[in-house]
Amino acid sequence: MLAYVARRLVQSVLILLGVSLITFALLYILPADPVRQIAGRSATPQTVENIRRQLGLDQPFLVQYWHYLTGLVQGDFGRSYLQRTEVIDLIVARLPASLLLMAGAIVCELVLGLTMGLVAALKRGTATDQALMVSSFVGVSAPQFVVGLLLLYVFAVRLSWFPIGGYGTIWHLVLPSLTLGILGAGWYSRMMRSSMVDVLRQDYIRTARAKGLKRLTIILRHALPNAILPVIAMIGIDIGIFMSGIVVVESVFGWPGIGQLAWQAIQRVDIPIIMGVTLVSACAIVLGNFVADLVTPFIDPRIKLQ
Amino acid sequence: MKAFLTSTALALTLGLAAGVSAPALAQDKGSAETTPATYQPDPNAKEGDSIVITYKDDVSTLDPAIGYDWQNWSMIKSLFDALMDYEPGTTELRPALAERYEISDDGTVFTFHLKSGVKFHNGREMTAEDVKYSLDRVTNPKTQSPGAGFFGSIAGYDDVAGGTAETLSGVEVVDPQTLKITLSRPDATFLHVMALNFASVVPQEAVEEWGADFGHHPVGTGAFKLADWTIGQQLVFEKNEDYWRDGVPYLDQITFEIGQEPIVALLRLQKGEVDIPGDGIPPAKFQEVMADPEQKARVVEGGQLQTGYITMNVTMPPFDQKAVREAVNMAINKDRIVQMINNRAIPANQPLPPTMPGYDKSFEGYAYDPEKAKAMLAEAGFPDGFETELYVMNTDPNPRIAQAIQQDLSEIGIKASIQSLAQANVISAGGAKDQAPMIWSGGMAWIADFPDPSNFYGPILGCAGAVPGGWNWSWYCNEDLDKQAAEADSIVDPARQDERAKMWSDVYAKVMADAPWVPVFNEQRFTMKSPRMGGADNLYVDPVHIPINYDYVYVK
Repeated sequence: MLAYVARRLVQSVLILLGVSLITFALLYILPADPVRQIAGRSATPQTVENIRRQLGLDQPFLVQYWHYLTGLVQGDFGRSYLQRTEVIDLIVARLPASLLLMAGAIVCELVLGLTMGLVAALKRGTATDQALMVSSFVGVSAPQFVVGLLLLYVFAVRLSWFPIGGYGTIWHLVLPSLTLGILGAGWYSRMMRSSMVDVLRQDYIRTARAKGLKRLTIILRHALPNAILPVIAMIGIDIGIFMSGIVVVESVFGWPGIGQLAWQAIQRVDIPIIMGVTLVSACAIVLGNFVADLVTPFIDPRIKLQ
Repeated sequence: MKAFLTSTALALTLGLAAGVSAPALAQDKGSAETTPATYQPDPNAKEGDSIVITYKDDVSTLDPAIGYDWQNWSMIKSLFDALMDYEPGTTELRPALAERYEISDDGTVFTFHLKSGVKFHNGREMTAEDVKYSLDRVTNPKTQSPGAGFFGSIAGYDDVAGGTAETLSGVEVVDPQTLKITLSRPDATFLHVMALNFASVVPQEAVEEWGADFGHHPVGTGAFKLADWTIGQQLVFEKNEDYWRDGVPYLDQITFEIGQEPIVALLRLQKGEVDIPGDGIPPAKFQEVMADPEQKARVVEGGQLQTGYITMNVTMPPFDQKAVREAVNMAINKDRIVQMINNRAIPANQPLPPTMPGYDKSFEGYAYDPEKAKAMLAEAGFPDGFETELYVMNTDPNPRIAQAIQQDLSEIGIKASIQSLAQANVISAGGAKDQAPMIWSGGMAWIADFPDPSNFYGPILGCAGAVPGGWNWSWYCNEDLDKQAAEADSIVDPARQDERAKMWSDVYAKVMADAPWVPVFNEQRFTMKSPRMGGADNLYVDPVHIPINYDYVYVK
């Protein structure tokens, strides 16, 4: 077990190093020149060169990457070119909002997905089952930008149940969490349905039924816990999906998280921010997968860590 | 009138009648012969209350030496002051921190007499030393100011920019209330330069205290001070009770909410939660808003110092032939393009926008005539047209506009393939000599830094901009015109400004004779406001304060 953890940790560091190198290289070969973004339209060539030199962007690629890396291991993510602030400050200020949004999304997708999957499995083959599975399909395929605006329009503008975008109270959290969670809810309902259908076929369920237990007791006591575990183990993997989802959802709802930060930085070629957010997201994804792998053997003893 | 004595001082200095006209719409201020409109306090204005303004993007920095996007530009104007300023809602210069000034006969020495008793937000009194410090700071390469080059005419600039001097030799503190600035050459635009945000006066102690973070802890002399900045969420401006101009600002507080999509901001405006959507009306919603009388009543329309144009790279065949460039000028159906963007612009026939002094109303330009264009192309040796590339920024409506251009070109036989790229990539392509034969400038088009015709020439049409990494994407370089431009800019005498404007009109007419551009349209500005917002309409489409002039608007 310990050896496994150690090996995975080393792998994780290598993955992050690879991510940083590839992202840095992609940003380097980009034909867009960040210095011209900083210097603006009226800058003289002298000003442009001066800024380029001071930011070290006149150095060869490997030198620039080495500088970035040595800064990074000392906890220095660099300064944003355009916001003129430490990148780490920007990320730290925005990360809690993103984490909160993801937590909300996890709650939404589990509640929605598991309930839908459970009902579909119990009503297998009926119209309800079909309707639920079609809606889960829609949930998986619908673009989050559209879903977000639709929810905003119906529930915030028309019905005034929720505030129109923004951040602050639990009410602000509902619609963005739902938007981000709908995709996952679609997946979970399908997984939950098949997992539940599997469990319901097992011998111990038949035994329970033969003993004369009530249907509700069988479902809640015997079937549900067994069906739910493999589904829950997937949460760690969701982090990756969320990381791409927050870019859109945070923009629609004006949610002050790192997704919005990343989107703005990409538009303005603010390389230190793009690097910082990419690395933080990569960390989260690596960590999520790692935790998912560690948890699986506890849920399903047939799986062993090697 | 009493409260605005400084404005009268300007009118007197300029040798013009101190006659006062009501604030005129920005569009009307185009011709040079208009009398300056001195600002009159709005009799209906009420003090107090606060408003909410939304933006999609983070505010980058509020350091006046660095901030250079249209979002922080107006914010900085409300936090800081410079020696010069503009009449609210117009393009007329007026003195600000300088109470009055004198210009030497040869136009190279400017003596500014500062207003006394002006205090920074930290309570200290502003003096001529602060002005000198601020100019030294903005030109110092370590500051990395994108606007350093604007100060190139001040004596000693080259030494500071080159790093061999720490202070501008041409800026001299005569006494705490008097500053003398000597220029290395006469510069008619110098007073405009002194009204730029980059010329804002900052207190040395605050800049040194915060260092690189001064942009997040701004201290100026402006009408508002920064009360709170929560990264990614909001900024709060609070009224500066000690503001040196009497009577303004009217508002107690302005909250800028950050991170709001323009569509969401519009929905919130309809619910009364937002007063000004800072990013304007989203293009997709424009027709809907304009079709609804209730919403349309909240829209203020005005001109802006902007021209959208197509560049043709005069160094790349076949655009090295003037006849080909003229033919392209006649082939573009500008009315149709303007219609396509829901009439959010007016068709253009010359580089200068109509709100700019020097704009020539009588100029005819190239009329739309595809038949003649085709004939000219045939005469130039391309009876079957040719193939070329049109670069365009990839955000709506620019690719659609590029398609319209493509279609117009195909009518005369030119087959243009569209290269739709991210903004930064198009800018890079334009700055490379042999890459982009044609560029549609939309989304990157030139917006003037200050309302003066020279601002549309040097970087985008002059030889100085036709360098790798420059903004002269036509690579058009006419040394005779450069000379004429330099001559026009040496006319500092305020009494000869009409003559100067005419010289500039002539420069642009000659540019159009060589046809390196197809001027397509001048975008109009549309600002939406909540029903409770008060103040003259021109404050909401202020040509200098974008989106609005925070200091003079009020809540009804």
